[in-house]
Amino acid sequence: MSSDAIAVQTAGVSADRTWLQTLHEWVTTVDHKRLGVLYVFYALIFLVIGGIEATIIRIQLMRAHNDFVSPQVFNRMFTLHGTTMIFFVIMPFMFGFANYLVPLMIGARDMAFPRLNAFSFWLTALGGTLLYFSIVGGSGLYGAGSAPDVGWWAYAPLTSRAFSPGHSADYWTIAVLVSGFGSIGTAVNLVATVLSMRCPGMKLSRMPLFAWLTLVMSGLVLISISPLSAAQIMLLVDRYLGGHFFDTQAGGSATLWMHFFWIFGHPEVYILVIPAFAFASEIIPVFSRKPIFGYPVMVGATVSIGFVSISVWAHHMFTIGMTSYSNSFFVLTTMIIAVPTGIKIFNWLGTMWGGKLQFKTPMLFCIGFLFQFLIAGLTGIMLGAAPFNWQLSGSYFVVAHFHYMIVGAILFCIFGAIYYWYPKITGRMLNESLGKLHFWLFVIGFHLTFDVMHVPGILGMPRRIYTYEPGRGWDTLNMIITIGAFIQGIAILLFLANLVFSYFGGSKAGNDPWDGWTLEWSVSSPPPVYNFASIPAVASRRPLWDLKHPEDPDTHYD
Amino acid sequence: MVVGRALGILVLLAGILFAAGLCRASPLGDNPTTSIFQPHSTPAESIYHLSIFVLVITAVIFLVVFGLLIYAVVKFRSRATGTDREPAQVYGSTQIELAWTIIPILIVVVLFLATARVIHAIQDAHKPATALEVTAIGHQFWWEFRYPTLGIVTANELHIPVSDPARPTPTFLKLLSADTDHSFWVPQLAGKTDLIPNRVNETWMDPHETGIYLGQCAQYCGTQHAKMLLRVSVDTPEEFDAWVRTQKQPANQGEKEIAGRRVFETTACINCHAVGGTVATGRFGPDLTHLMSRSTIASGAAENTPENLRLWVQKPDAIKPGSLMPAMKLSDDDLDALTRYLETLR
Ligand code: HEC
Ligand SMILES: [Cu+2]
Ligand SMILES: [Cu+2]
Repeated sequence: MSSDAIAVQTAGVSADRTWLQTLHEWVTTVDHKRLGVLYVFYALIFLVIGGIEATIIRIQLMRAHNDFVSPQVFNRMFTLHGTTMIFFVIMPFMFGFANYLVPLMIGARDMAFPRLNAFSFWLTALGGTLLYFSIVGGSGLYGAGSAPDVGWWAYAPLTSRAFSPGHSADYWTIAVLVSGFGSIGTAVNLVATVLSMRCPGMKLSRMPLFAWLTLVMSGLVLISISPLSAAQIMLLVDRYLGGHFFDTQAGGSATLWMHFFWIFGHPEVYILVIPAFAFASEIIPVFSRKPIFGYPVMVGATVSIGFVSISVWAHHMFTIGMTSYSNSFFVLTTMIIAVPTGIKIFNWLGTMWGGKLQFKTPMLFCIGFLFQFLIAGLTGIMLGAAPFNWQLSGSYFVVAHFHYMIVGAILFCIFGAIYYWYPKITGRMLNESLGKLHFWLFVIGFHLTFDVMHVPGILGMPRRIYTYEPGRGWDTLNMIITIGAFIQGIAILLFLANLVFSYFGGSKAGNDPWDGWTLEWSVSSPPPVYNFASIPAVASRRPLWDLKHPEDPDTHYD
Repeated sequence: MVVGRALGILVLLAGILFAAGLCRASPLGDNPTTSIFQPHSTPAESIYHLSIFVLVITAVIFLVVFGLLIYAVVKFRSRATGTDREPAQVYGSTQIELAWTIIPILIVVVLFLATARVIHAIQDAHKPATALEVTAIGHQFWWEFRYPTLGIVTANELHIPVSDPARPTPTFLKLLSADTDHSFWVPQLAGKTDLIPNRVNETWMDPHETGIYLGQCAQYCGTQHAKMLLRVSVDTPEEFDAWVRTQKQPANQGEKEIAGRRVFETTACINCHAVGGTVATGRFGPDLTHLMSRSTIASGAAENTPENLRLWVQKPDAIKPGSLMPAMKLSDDDLDALTRYLETLR
């Protein structure tokens, strides 16, 4: 592969354009890097919005019988918070990074279908916008207009005409449907890109794990967003064409919706967490100065997680009165997932073992991820034991469990990824001291909130209640949880400030600030238009290692 | 810094242990608890034992993996004095991979078998002939309880007999829903089971101790999901029989409070509420025949006092905003009379 000759003419980056021209360029772009940045930017905006909703929820629950907001507003807040964080924060983050990095890592000049790429992004953007348009639609801003209040699972029959008159459920379902189409488009694109755009020498077995995991994630998107979209369409048929799929008052089935939703919902967890694994699998080796331990096993474990994750959905439905045989089946599949997941944790540990660990901010976040992912997995086993689940499901224990997964594991990896690739994307380093401060504050806030949150669940506190009775031992715990939430909020503000100030004043990154091994570090930061002046050729999994260590190249072990 | 982290984590662990202790300790006063770790009925107890088993196994896994992680972080941190040489490049090891595949598989098998046993024991339990049958119907924001064999209809506060392990009298509940999904959850008595429209679910409990047990709806069911509380009174056999006798009587005819009764029977109250033996046969709201035998109103949202009753009828939103009982806009005199009449429904 050639590391020289990167000085491509960056067409049209002259300083004398008006802001309108710049805007026009961004809106009409089909460039994978720009779309990647748009996705991440979009996700950051919604992260702030979802965070504000979380804050409102936490203030309301600070003490028993609080009346900071009405039950109606509270129910809208948790519906919007959940829908936003899943569909308009974490998914766009993941698609953004995949978009930006996959072509660079596999030595391609763009995604397979650049126009589809842009189309998909704008569909996702439309989805999020529609969801929030609901706030001004209907009865206006006061009382939050027509914002949906059905919870992010939108269980039937709450969404039927009888229980959700007006348009609140419509906004929810159309927002999810539209952004789902966007996800499918991006997934098709990622699969095609990984399968057919790899540079010479990059066999499947030489792809960075990041590309592998993106491939598995995209496959899961195709498998699981389809039933979700089907269910949304059926719901629309119910609401507008007199269908009775889920309309229980006309003989429809509430459990049918549950099956559709969770057959999407469980793989969705893996759609979100597999890219997080992908970040960790790139970051941990570089900061341990060792290759990933057990590459083929890591690939195999991910693929099997993908497959098994399709067969576990009803562990979200242990309380709906399935037979003891069905319950046992889903207990078994759920617990089997623990095996490949455990293998992955051990392989990351194996990567660190015997290395020279450098605790730069990205690595700190990844170590936090390992710790929290371990705990989230273990509480997952508790929830997977159906009888234990009969007590825990629908309680704050579950809320703690999945926030451990989504914040403690996934968001930590996202932060790690931003600290790691920000220099590549902007050409500037993020401020390391601010980064460490962000990390530690966030760790403290996170654990204050989500460790403690398991306890009210064990003490019988259900989720989605806007208020609770005093004297059940929940009050103090909820106060601590809220304090932790504020600390997390402050940490996120620090992070956002770091993003902005480092963009203008950060130190110059250079091509390869972390001494990395994958192809994206071979080009300038930010990478030139179309990435590679001449398409590189690779001979091992770590082309830059080979280049830097001609005396001991990976090609010997490939 | 690494030491700092290890310390922080130790503090955390201590916190978790402390929290676990909290769950076991009774809350202040003589308030009944809703902790799942203080079971008082067979299903809740088997779940409790299973959960301790699962907790122990997961705790061991946690300690092992966490120990390895801390060891790696401390032992392999790059030291400032170290040379610039890269560490030995290790790509993997089949033996090690095999070891950490097989051990988890064994753990999974054990966990699965233990879990399946408890599932079977609870779900496929035999229903003895002495069992009491109750039908629970979830409504948007209140509970209807029917005793088909006894001919009783009541709301929100379930009465069941204590079950002597020697001569068990468990209660088997048939769970239905009149509108959206709900979930029946009294943590000390059993795990939760959903009430789903067009579907019949079942759960059972055999409380070993008399007393009041609390719980609440555990499946989001609409605006007032939060105030859909549950109260189970576990009575001695004598108390239970006495309760059954009062519930079977027709309503007090309210001769003394004829004015209030007239207000009740001439407004929309009777479209939604039933009072046994009168023209009031509505089924949309709770049965009021023996309203005063309940200690709370509106599914536990307020204590059953004359002031609260009056406030409730005047303005339900003041107690439970978003509940499905409309404010009836009665005059003050009518309200007073009506409240006095309601108080006769013993
Ligand atoms: C539209 C139907 C409707 C009408 C009309 C109505 N109610 Fe109600 N009522 C309800 C519902 C529904 C509840 C349960 C509310 C809850 O707990 O969320 C209820 C609850 C009550 C309760 C509390 C019962 C309990 O045990 O918790 C009382 C008392 C009551 N209503 C009295 C009245 C009186 C008196 C009137 C007439 C002035 C009246 N209601 C009119 C629907 C109605
Ligand atoms: Cu799941
Ligand atoms: Cu309910």
